[in-house]
Amino acid sequence: MNLLILFRLAMQSILRNRTRAALTMLGIVIGVAAVIVMVAVGYGARSRIREQIGNLGTNMIVITPGASTTGGVSQGAQAFATLTVADAEKIRSQSQTVVAVSPVLALRSQVLAPGGNWRTSINGVDTDYQTIRDWQTDSGSFFGPEDVRAARSVAVLGRTVAQRIFAGSDPVGQEIQIAALRFLVMGVLAPKGQTASGSDSDDVILVPYTTAATRLTGRPRIPQILVSTASQGEIPAAQEEMRVLLRESHRLSGDDDDDFTVRNQTDLATAAESSTRVMTLLMAAIASISLLVGGIGIMNIMLVSVTERTREIGIRLAIGARGADVLIQFLVESIVMGALGGVVGLVLGFTGAKVLAYFTGWETVISPLVMVGAVGFSGAVGVFFGFYPARKAAALNPIEALRYE
Amino acid sequence: MGEVVIQTDKITKTYVTGTNEVHALREVDLTVTKGELVAIMGTSGSGKSTLMNMLGCLDTPTSGSYTLDGVRVDGLGKNELAAIRNQKLGFVFQGFNLLARTSALENVELPMLYDRRGLKRDIRALAVAALERVGLGDRMEHPPNELSGGQQQRVAIARALVTEPALVLADEPTGNLDSRTSVEVMALFQELNAGGKTIVVVTHEPDIAVYATRVVRMKDGRIFSDEPVASRRDAARDLEELDRNAA
Repeated sequence: MNLLILFRLAMQSILRNRTRAALTMLGIVIGVAAVIVMVAVGYGARSRIREQIGNLGTNMIVITPGASTTGGVSQGAQAFATLTVADAEKIRSQSQTVVAVSPVLALRSQVLAPGGNWRTSINGVDTDYQTIRDWQTDSGSFFGPEDVRAARSVAVLGRTVAQRIFAGSDPVGQEIQIAALRFLVMGVLAPKGQTASGSDSDDVILVPYTTAATRLTGRPRIPQILVSTASQGEIPAAQEEMRVLLRESHRLSGDDDDDFTVRNQTDLATAAESSTRVMTLLMAAIASISLLVGGIGIMNIMLVSVTERTREIGIRLAIGARGADVLIQFLVESIVMGALGGVVGLVLGFTGAKVLAYFTGWETVISPLVMVGAVGFSGAVGVFFGFYPARKAAALNPIEALRYE
Repeated sequence: MGEVVIQTDKITKTYVTGTNEVHALREVDLTVTKGELVAIMGTSGSGKSTLMNMLGCLDTPTSGSYTLDGVRVDGLGKNELAAIRNQKLGFVFQGFNLLARTSALENVELPMLYDRRGLKRDIRALAVAALERVGLGDRMEHPPNELSGGQQQRVAIARALVTEPALVLADEPTGNLDSRTSVEVMALFQELNAGGKTIVVVTHEPDIAVYATRVVRMKDGRIFSDEPVASRRDAARDLEELDRNAA
């Protein structure tokens, strides 16, 4: 018996009991669809986190002030503002590994413009900030080193701010007022979208850090220093170097704890991803239980089928079928049933993921691997759960099978 | 004496049920040569069905030897027996035993699909030829439930013939048929036999046995008598007579 004939026999048998086969396959259909939707949502969440972390910048290291522990007592990060502009300058002049350095001074302030006013974050940064965060301007340009050195009152607007206070008109070349100080708008940044924590990256105004330090806040300390390396591989070495430089700069002796924290993007990404991975695995595991139940359904119906067709099996054995022929025939039938359920489940899961994405706005990612895996697995469920009934059929005694009423 | 098709030497079949031993066959010696049409008769419990299963390689003897068409069959494994059934035997059963919802043609093709010798042959053409030989050339696409009992038995006979077996075994082939159709089927067997086919028919009806060339009677697991049919009837002629009487 070649496979084509076996396949045709299986299809005949399934089509003769349409309702029964459909109900049996339903278990597999639901299982496969559920697995696909769950994995699609999980992958979607993961790819979105990756995108957001990637949005932070390239090969970026974040240094924040504050020790994790002080004299054995744990402190929250940023408990003390221990970073200074001098730290950033020391890194810039002495580091072997980093290619860009920028302190970040953050404050919130009301912004006035001819077209409206808006309360937003003002970040005082260096020109390297653009490189570190890989943030292009849509119109105009970023401020230059001369603007930083001279602490000029110039600003680059995030997309959201530009839209809020310059509805429609081009902000470049216009003046805005931040805390009673006039700033010249030099450029508007390209949109970056949401941050990993859900806030709007584009609701920001960037000014030279020198300007922010001396003319806006007057605070000599800074809450964040961003640095970046030339490549991903240099990040660990750079992190270590930052620690050494800052300990030196802060005059920390051998057993003093760090009064700052050095983290990289991977640390952030790993933390965020590991939780979604666990969730995805958990959901997929729950969904696979329904595949298992579907498989038991197939086994049940194949057992019924073997009993019903005892006489047919007897006839086949009498005219020369081997046990193996009968085994294969029933196995192919259960595999076809499983795989058919898998394909239907795939279509349903695919549609389900799209519908879910449409109504919830979640990103869903359906990888071809998952699709092939789901159909393959449901076929395997057919083999596994079809084997016992098929073996039972193959082991029938032809004489008794022929006599079976 | 022609070529020997069946040769059994003291075959015995004993079933053990609990502490009871049932001797279904006791040292049966039977020889059938090519071209015979043998009727095996006996009441139920006489052992004729067991003998039939033995001859049909559906069951193996407890002791004794059985040679079919030159092949020693006792002691063969399951798969080898399946191959023997497929290539050397053709079965015709009382209940027709055709696959339901499967056309006559596909039913007749079935034995060839289980042939593992990898012969290059036109399965479809052979099945068509076999059906034409039993006079069903015009009903080939019909499933069994659209055929009369006689027609179904013809399909079964075509299925038994299609592999050109050394032996056709018929187990109560007329048991489910009315008397006219029974004679029809026996006429077909006589015709095939005249063409050289070796046929063994198990029956309990004396009316059917008279169409054989030889009658073997069984009782209590032994052969009780074995003799040629003295006044053998011609089924084709009987049919004509029946038709004349009906008209």
